[in-house]
Amino acid sequence: MPNLKTRPDGLRDSPMKQVLAKADAERATGDVFAAARGRLPGVGLVAQIRARAFDVYKRAGLPHRRMEDWKYTDLRALIGEVLPLAPRPDAEALVRAKVSAKQVAADQAVKLVLVNGIFAPELSDVGRVENGVVVRSLREVLEDSATGAMAGLVLSTTSDSAISLNAAMATDGLVITVNDGNAVKRPIQIVHVATGSSVSTYTRSYLQLGKEAHAAIVESFVPAEGASGYQANDAMIALVGDEASLSYIRVAAAASDAVNISSAIIAVGARAKLDLFSMTCSGSISRYQGFITLTGEGTKLSANGVNLVRDKLHADTTIVVDHAVPHCTSREKFRAVIDDCGRSVFQGRIVVRPAARKTDATLTSRALLLSDQAEADNKPELEILADDVVCSHGATSGALDDTLLFYLRARGLSEKDAQMLLIKAFIGEAIEGITSENLRDFVTVETERWLQARR
Amino acid sequence: MALLEIRDLHVGVENREIIRGLHLNVKAGEVHAIMGPNGSGKSTLSHVIAGKPGYEITGGQVLFRGENLLRMEPNERAAKGVFLAFQYPVDIPGVTTMNFLRAALNAQRKARGQQEFSTPEFLKRVREVAGSLNIPQDMLKRGVNVGFSGGEKKRNEILQMALFEPSLCILDEIDSGLDIDALRTVASGINALRSPERAMIVITHYRRLLDHIVPDIVHVMSRGRIRKSGGKELALELEACGYAQFEDAA
Repeated sequence: MPNLKTRPDGLRDSPMKQVLAKADAERATGDVFAAARGRLPGVGLVAQIRARAFDVYKRAGLPHRRMEDWKYTDLRALIGEVLPLAPRPDAEALVRAKVSAKQVAADQAVKLVLVNGIFAPELSDVGRVENGVVVRSLREVLEDSATGAMAGLVLSTTSDSAISLNAAMATDGLVITVNDGNAVKRPIQIVHVATGSSVSTYTRSYLQLGKEAHAAIVESFVPAEGASGYQANDAMIALVGDEASLSYIRVAAAASDAVNISSAIIAVGARAKLDLFSMTCSGSISRYQGFITLTGEGTKLSANGVNLVRDKLHADTTIVVDHAVPHCTSREKFRAVIDDCGRSVFQGRIVVRPAARKTDATLTSRALLLSDQAEADNKPELEILADDVVCSHGATSGALDDTLLFYLRARGLSEKDAQMLLIKAFIGEAIEGITSENLRDFVTVETERWLQARR
Repeated sequence: MALLEIRDLHVGVENREIIRGLHLNVKAGEVHAIMGPNGSGKSTLSHVIAGKPGYEITGGQVLFRGENLLRMEPNERAAKGVFLAFQYPVDIPGVTTMNFLRAALNAQRKARGQQEFSTPEFLKRVREVAGSLNIPQDMLKRGVNVGFSGGEKKRNEILQMALFEPSLCILDEIDSGLDIDALRTVASGINALRSPERAMIVITHYRRLLDHIVPDIVHVMSRGRIRKSGGKELALELEACGYAQFEDAA
């Protein structure tokens, strides 16, 4: 397993303190769940699913460094405790949320806004949802006894304890279905706004894209003015039908002392096309984990990501691509730009199941270090169980190239502009995988905002 | 006043002196050739004029229109009209040639207090210049020099020179890596830019280039100094006798 640069494991806690910390954190979380129970939508089967999910979480506790998938992002050490569930947003919170939601609105998009983990129809473009698309809130689905069977699907979990905690605690989210053969014209944008301080939010959304359907989903996370120290835990479960095509763009910003844990579990059918892009630009601790399973032959996946890291942000992007069937192609490009004392983690695992002959999978990860204290951890993994496949990975890290900088300066660009141009080009390699020009521009604007703020 | 005046220049890299008391005067309208063996300091001289970091100036002066060039950032020198055509132009993936040209041209214009070009004006300028150098439009849409042949890279340097309209052009071994046809195209591009307001310094190992770009003055450089200067016939003499005689003179 290539490991470009591994932080020497500076043990922060003695084993004794570890045990105590775990016990404290668990007790805190147990309290949080017990305290929140009455506010969590769904009874009967749904409540049972939540309790089971919480048991899964409780057995493992917060993810920590001895779990291989979380070795660089030790939530137990970084977070310590799980904060109490955010209250329902009041009128004042909605006013602040509206401002932030507007700032991140993508051009032409149909906005669906969640404030502190609760769907806010009054801030959303509910009336603009296109024909052939059905949008319901998770709360509505979980409280509707007729859709009990769906609850199992929406709240499905993996062995990952962060996802299990999310299933237990999810207060709301969006359940979106796109009918077979329906080409959705405008992007659907899910906007998560945090307005609170020292609270946690849990959202979970579900997307079902029918056969031969086409859609673009944009997901934005943004803090409202004054939000601080919150913990957001989000999950997206998506099923992409045969011959369907989905662009799924995620851009995450958070308050400088806030935590964002986001998980995506995506299953893709046959001869489908999925382009996935995730970018983290701010916050204190961020983890984005995507689990994509290619379940139908002839599918093409592009899964790209960018971490823009400054100050003391710890941003972790972890992508697992599971080739379960033959004749699928996956392309992953990850880029990290790290300034100040930031740390970027990228873990990319490609699994090729025994049946998945003729798989064509590549993964490249590059990190650009802009300061001496910046740190990049890269962990690409190939797990190939089939013959007759083409799989490769590559990882690099380094500073801006002095030769390129001089060339640009000799042509008239100032040092800062030359750096900006090279950083933009570096990030651009991951952004160019986004099919829609409109959405590429949307992401580019966000990267420019980050670059402009650079000192 | 000379456009470029170099007085007793001394330059070192890592405590090793590369340029040892060099004098050079270049007037507007003149084309100077600097010839010399490998390691004589020709490329170092071009880098120092353009402002590449990493060199230690231990003595002397470089004046451009009477101003101290050595105190300026590389981008300020570019805006003042100094242009270095690189021996090894770099590849910049992810930055299209078009975007690069526009960013550079507008940065120079802005620094000179001129209005930036509008997009249509800029496109028109680039198309004209590219056409005269046989540079196809699709090359301009690709990343800077990405996948370009040696000849295409050098043509791209000349394209920039034509577009930026500098008053001092330094051509650092513009002939290296070019076949005879590519050399002709590049040389005719350069010749088209000769003008009474513009000076050129052509750095080369070989006389061949000087058959195409005929210089007014030829300098022989060896061991960090100009050893002999003369008319274009000096290039012929060099070809016959080699550089060894000048090594001895040192």
